[in-house]
Amino acid sequence: MNDFKPQIVAFCCSNCASSAANVAEGMKKALPDNVKIIQIPCTGRVEILHLLKPFEEGADGVYVAGCQEDSCQYVSGIAKATKRVTHVKKILEELSIEPDRIDVFNLSAGKGQEFVEVAYEMVNKVKELGPFLQA
Amino acid sequence: MIVAEPKPIKELLEMVKDFNRILVVGCKGCVTVCNVGGAKEVAILASSIRISRKKMAQEIEVEEHTLERQCDPEYVDELKDMIGDYDAVISIACGVGPQFLSERYPSSRIFPGVNTQFMGGAEEHGIWSERCAGCGTCVVHYFGGLCPIARCSKSLLNGPCGGSANGKCEISKDVECIWDLIVRKMMEQDRLDELIEFKPPKSWITARDGGPRRMIREELVK
Ligand code: SF4
Ligand code: SF4
Repeated sequence: MNDFKPQIVAFCCSNCASSAANVAEGMKKALPDNVKIIQIPCTGRVEILHLLKPFEEGADGVYVAGCQEDSCQYVSGIAKATKRVTHVKKILEELSIEPDRIDVFNLSAGKGQEFVEVAYEMVNKVKELGPFLQA
Repeated sequence: MIVAEPKPIKELLEMVKDFNRILVVGCKGCVTVCNVGGAKEVAILASSIRISRKKMAQEIEVEEHTLERQCDPEYVDELKDMIGDYDAVISIACGVGPQFLSERYPSSRIFPGVNTQFMGGAEEHGIWSERCAGCGTCVVHYFGGLCPIARCSKSLLNGPCGGSANGKCEISKDVECIWDLIVRKMMEQDRLDELIEFKPPKSWITARDGGPRRMIREELVK
């Protein structure tokens, strides 16, 4: 229906999201090629500026994929990332940009299927919103 | 430290909407410590402005710079070779910053990027509260080391008032009655009687009531 292919940047914690990614690969469930994965040791390291920069570079959407709240190896990494994503949603709103262009997902290690699903979920949501920069 | 909060970005965008070359200037003093005006926040604000302009397909150049302090001429001077290249400057230091910049660079358009709130401290990361109102003659030792001028809603020196209930101030359940704390502290130290000792009225000449303040310390002046 709409051939717009959104460019999406995903910050993924290497403990969960990435092991899930490996599983996904093993299961031959391909990630959409328009999702660029940035692997990080813990999502707690993702700062507000990191979440804004992709938009500055023209990305259409950004998401953070990390552990479940109670299974972060560094205790509160994903909780911190969630608060920062909420803050960036507020900034986007102030800039008259749809806050749904950014999101956070809690995954579990080994859930390859879920990892691929959230990538598609985000792609579809951003597709609905249309390009961040109108051509 | 001086505690400030960011101005809504929308408000800032409106302030600088007619300018295409913007310099965002931070300060490594208090506002860095309270996470509102240091290099990190300069980068976030600059990025937000760029995103907004990009979205509106408007040209923009935003430069980032953070000074050691904006309340000292020697550091403010650092901008002299660059400030002329920008048609708007947003200072995210406390209210002193934009004024020092305006005074040193009279032809530049300077905008305040934060709302300066109070002199206080961090209760914990992300939570600050007021402690001092800069009255110019500190008297906290009369009150168990707690300041009723800054922390009592009525700045009473002979509290508590009739509105004090269960340790809270009458203005809000979220505000401690400092006079409740003062009385408890004096009781703990067995000094309650000191609160009823006569003291001459406090002179407010040293406070803001005496007009804008200036201080000269001859031993330091070159
Ligand atoms: S008594 Fe005056 S100087 Fe001392 S903390 Fe209170 S307002 Fe500040
Ligand atoms: S309730 Fe306590 S803090 Fe509030 S105005 Fe009265 S004395 Fe001051």
